[in-house]
Amino acid sequence: MALPELKQSATEARLATMELPTGGCLKAARQAALSRVQTMGLPTRRDEYWKYTRPETLVSAEANTAAVFDHDEAPMFDGQDRLKIVFVDGVFDAEASDELALEGVQIDRIEDICCKDIHWAKDVYGVLEARGQSPVERPLAALNTAFAADGVAIHVTGTPSKPINLIYIHAEEQSDAILHHVIRVEPGAEATILENGPAASRFNKCVEIDVADTGKLHLVRAQGRDHERRAATHLFARLGAESVFKSFTLTVNGVLTRNEAVIELTGDDAIAHIAGACVGDGEFHHDDTVFITHDAVNCESRQVFKKVLRNGATGVFQGKILVKDGAQKTDGYQISQSLMLDEDSQFLAKPELEIYADDVACSHGSTSGAIDENALFYLRARGVPKELATDLLTLSFLAEAVEEIESAEIAEDINARLEGWLARRR
Amino acid sequence: MLEIKNLHVQLEEEDKQILKGVDLKVEAGKVHAIMGPNGSGKSTLSYVLSGKGGYEVTEGSASLAGDDLLDMEPEERAAAGLFLAFQYPVEIPGVGNMTFLRTAVNAQRKARGEDELSAADFLKVVRAKAKTLKIDADMLKRPVNVGFSGGEKKRNEILQMAMLEPKMCILDETDSGLDVDAMKLVSEGVNALRDAGRGFLVITHYQRLLDHIKPDVVHIMANGRIIKTGGPELALEVEQNGYADILAEVA
Repeated sequence: MALPELKQSATEARLATMELPTGGCLKAARQAALSRVQTMGLPTRRDEYWKYTRPETLVSAEANTAAVFDHDEAPMFDGQDRLKIVFVDGVFDAEASDELALEGVQIDRIEDICCKDIHWAKDVYGVLEARGQSPVERPLAALNTAFAADGVAIHVTGTPSKPINLIYIHAEEQSDAILHHVIRVEPGAEATILENGPAASRFNKCVEIDVADTGKLHLVRAQGRDHERRAATHLFARLGAESVFKSFTLTVNGVLTRNEAVIELTGDDAIAHIAGACVGDGEFHHDDTVFITHDAVNCESRQVFKKVLRNGATGVFQGKILVKDGAQKTDGYQISQSLMLDEDSQFLAKPELEIYADDVACSHGSTSGAIDENALFYLRARGVPKELATDLLTLSFLAEAVEEIESAEIAEDINARLEGWLARRR
Repeated sequence: MLEIKNLHVQLEEEDKQILKGVDLKVEAGKVHAIMGPNGSGKSTLSYVLSGKGGYEVTEGSASLAGDDLLDMEPEERAAAGLFLAFQYPVEIPGVGNMTFLRTAVNAQRKARGEDELSAADFLKVVRAKAKTLKIDADMLKRPVNVGFSGGEKKRNEILQMAMLEPKMCILDETDSGLDVDAMKLVSEGVNALRDAGRGFLVITHYQRLLDHIKPDVVHIMANGRIIKTGGPELALEVEQNGYADILAEVA
């Protein structure tokens, strides 16, 4: 079927500026992804899945510019003992990075997947992304698979002693970064991966995660503080039996963010928690789009998304739980909430449940509201000044999402950032 | 300590007068009780004094130790030494009770130009005071009032009062929702705070609470005014005969 003309021309314009990276064994995966992009076309605002978020700037042939934000905060996760892997405007920086060696994990750059003959990575790269294209198309992810110039393959075989920190530095005012990571967690293995930084003026990131039976992966990311940066990220995860996958995302600033997560519970008794806290002021558009598929028995999934919006900021949540026929004893929970600090902001939510099994417990809720006046008065009547009381109540609103972070130390880091954001807006 | 003169208050949103000239003076070291039928304006008085929004003072004044209360923000009134024990303590999910208490104590100390309490000092004091009110470590850790029983909420109010050491305490129907044992515990907490430098205003429907917290003065409030003032015997009279006699007497 021919694409609508608008879509066709936008897709052609974008592709005309890009070249497929040459390189051995990923070539076939890249070619396949390119033809997916050509078949689907890049998103336009006529697409139902992009109804609340305008994709033009994420799709345009030329990337937007974004000032590199100079702030005086210590780098994120600075206090954590971690293995650092640094990318500057989407390019691996060996000098700034630690040696890619840590017991219990094997880390390679994706360009080395072929020459080192890393079989598992070939079975993941572009594979989970392709699976995630149905029933909803995600052309920006396919574009990423085709054109990603850099990224890492992380093979977790044991329990590394410290987290792996992917650090995304934004240096050039106009930069168009495309990064693609693949992660495989072996049975019984467990790791924590941290990500932070704005990455580029425009960032397209795709992470594919394959968690084998009884494996555990914790992912915590903070998307930097650059006001003008734009980002489209995709996370594809496939979970085996009795595996655990937990993800938390902090978004502070950024003019446009679209974070998609596609999670498939394919083994019995698997657990997937995905959470996000975002705080936006002014020109800020933040979109969480989540699709969780239960395809096994007795699995648990939790989606907890909280957005604090003020001064004209926009929050979007599109979250779906699909329970397939036979996925009995599914426990699915989804909550998306916004706290409006003024009357100029908006929150658009589309929670969905589609259930084909008859013995499941699924709940979803979405709310939007202001600071609770009674709670505010209660705090003030105890002597807590209004600004501090408002901050406390804002943090308490976000707490349910932050509590999804397994490590108390990392949660503390995240809370400190949130407190900083609030303090700057007093 | 607390001096209210000819206080007139109406609702901000609608043209409805609630307090129609309240005069009241609570001296340091004394316990005053206010009783009165539903809708007489007792709770409104407590809210207006502590600075809750939604009310408009159209006439009169209220001062605490000589300072004009009505001119202050709620947090300033608290720092100046006013404390309201809420009839319905508010649940605040996500804020730990201990964090809440410490933030409140230190905010008040800061406002008064005093040093903040260290975490260790604070912990020591709060543990000792919590123990006398039978508040266990778990209740201190849990989010403020979330999942607390009616009795636990009221005990938590008294704990806050004990930590904040206010000059003037207003108790708004602290006995509502309490069983006999809980009422005794709460009353003991209040009595332990009775002090020559501290005033109390106890709002209640029932004489029962006043068996435990013995008042020096009892006021009867009706239709936005204090219509009768007397000693503790006035509360007993209400308990036996209701308000009808007193209302008739005044009318």
